Amino acid sequence: MKAPIFDYIKANSLSEVFDLMEKWGEDARIIAGGQSLVPAMNFRLTTPSLLIDINGIEELKGITHSQSTLNIGALTRHYELGTSEEVTKHAPLLSKAVPHIAHEAIRSRGTFGGSLVHADPSAEIPACAMVLDGRFQLQSRQGCRSVSARDFFKGLFETAMEPGEILVSADFDVNEDGYQSALCELERRQGDYATIGVAARAKTDSGNLFDLRLVYFALEDKPILANHAAAILEGSRGDEAAIAAAKTELTKDLNPIGDLHTSANTKLHLAKVLLERVVKNLLKHAKGTDD
Amino acid sequence: MTEKLYPLTFTLNGSTITRHVTSRLSLADFLRTEMNLTGTHVGCEHGVCGACTIRVEGRLSRSCLMFAIQVEGMTVETVEGLNASGELHSLQEAFHELNALQCGFCTPGILITAAQLLQETPLPSRKQIRDYLSGNYCRCTGYHAIVDAVEQASQKQAERR
Ligand SMILES: Cc1cc2nc3c(=O)[nH]c(=O)nc-3n(C[C@H](O)[C@H](O)[C@H](O)COP(=O)(O)OP(=O)(O)OC[C@H]3O[C@@H](n4cnc5c(N)ncnc54)[C@H](O)[C@@H]3O)c2cc1C
Ligand code: FES
Ligand code: FES
Repeated sequence: MKAPIFDYIKANSLSEVFDLMEKWGEDARIIAGGQSLVPAMNFRLTTPSLLIDINGIEELKGITHSQSTLNIGALTRHYELGTSEEVTKHAPLLSKAVPHIAHEAIRSRGTFGGSLVHADPSAEIPACAMVLDGRFQLQSRQGCRSVSARDFFKGLFETAMEPGEILVSADFDVNEDGYQSALCELERRQGDYATIGVAARAKTDSGNLFDLRLVYFALEDKPILANHAAAILEGSRGDEAAIAAAKTELTKDLNPIGDLHTSANTKLHLAKVLLERVVKNLLKHAKGTDD
Repeated sequence: MTEKLYPLTFTLNGSTITRHVTSRLSLADFLRTEMNLTGTHVGCEHGVCGACTIRVEGRLSRSCLMFAIQVEGMTVETVEGLNASGELHSLQEAFHELNALQCGFCTPGILITAAQLLQETPLPSRKQIRDYLSGNYCRCTGYHAIVDAVEQASQKQAERR
């Protein structure tokens, strides 16, 4: 199908965006990469009266880092995230996520910020941002506020953003020595949305797992922290007994929602399979072998 | 109701194009209906099938997921442009020789994607070819012949170099 009629304005500055959002209210939509919005418009699932194109706004671009913080601009394209040396060094989990996001033609336009705001429960970047305790900068006419990833994702395509706000960038603590990260997902085809996935990070340099954080995606209506399972594995060497106990504990963390292709029970089973894989992956890296 | 028209100037296959377009005209439809460049195919209109894949600013893009108005000031290349520049030569030869197309609906999108792969990775492995083409559906060939053809084209190009 074709998109319905709308007005189009390419904004040059944030203040222009705020003006337009004030004037048009809920009828206006921001377009970043358009890789989620345009399909929805073509299907007429969403019918904005005004598209505010933010692709020309410099303040939303670029990746910078200070001693302790990596800052990723909302307009960073998926391919830029995947090829940035700074991201590989300071937030390697995000680099590892990129090959799983769609296909090259979509990664060349889709943006980091768009993925966060769209909040698809099957998307990789929101889950990784939760693992890494990201902090999102939301700006409006009234000023800027910072919201942690854990408080940001509220449900299916639902976030803590208020009307009139725009996501400017996200901050992450730079990766500390001794930490490893990994992302495992099952997908029908390379680049498809995940059937189920898990992103993880832990301190592994001693060969034991410390400070383990596990976030599942494509399982419920938003990314889910598996704290019970992580607590069981804390301090362990990821041995069979620890993994078996953690798999049992996962039922306390997860309450999967089945979809067209995969039932809730199957998802829970697959969550356990991925738990073992992701732990092995974290520890494999610890022993100095790369995959 | 007459729809508002927006001025648009951009570079298409090396030439400057100036037109007026409605905001909701997709880049794919613009190329096909206004420019008569019907090599860009339209299948799903939601980014999944890959038939509409083109190059924007030197990178692959889905032309069904961009509005024409968005390429103001940019450089766009379609399969016709790549054909004229000779970039597709080895791929076309290999696709012909190895029967890597049947109905041909997917072929322009696959050729342009494969051309981009060979530009980035001149001698890709079969796995790399499969991964890179994973966003392009073909309902006819079963893909093996396509992978064979891209592999053969990459080897031929390497020999010529
Ligand atoms: C075939 C296909 C396969 C895909 N597969 C995957 C996949 O496997 N994994 C995955 O994660 N994604 C996948 N995607 C989605 C892709 O990653 C999108 O790029 C991403 O979800 C949205 O980013 P965007 O920049 O395109 O946002 P847009 O489509 O431009 O916008 C999405 C929403 O966010 C809002 N928005 C965007 N930027 C901002 C901002 N800075 N501030 C406030 N609001 C904003 C828009 O108003 C809109 O509501 C796929 C897409 C397609 C078409
Ligand atoms: S028509 Fe654009 S991807 Fe299918
Ligand atoms: S040749 Fe028919 S779809 Fe590919």
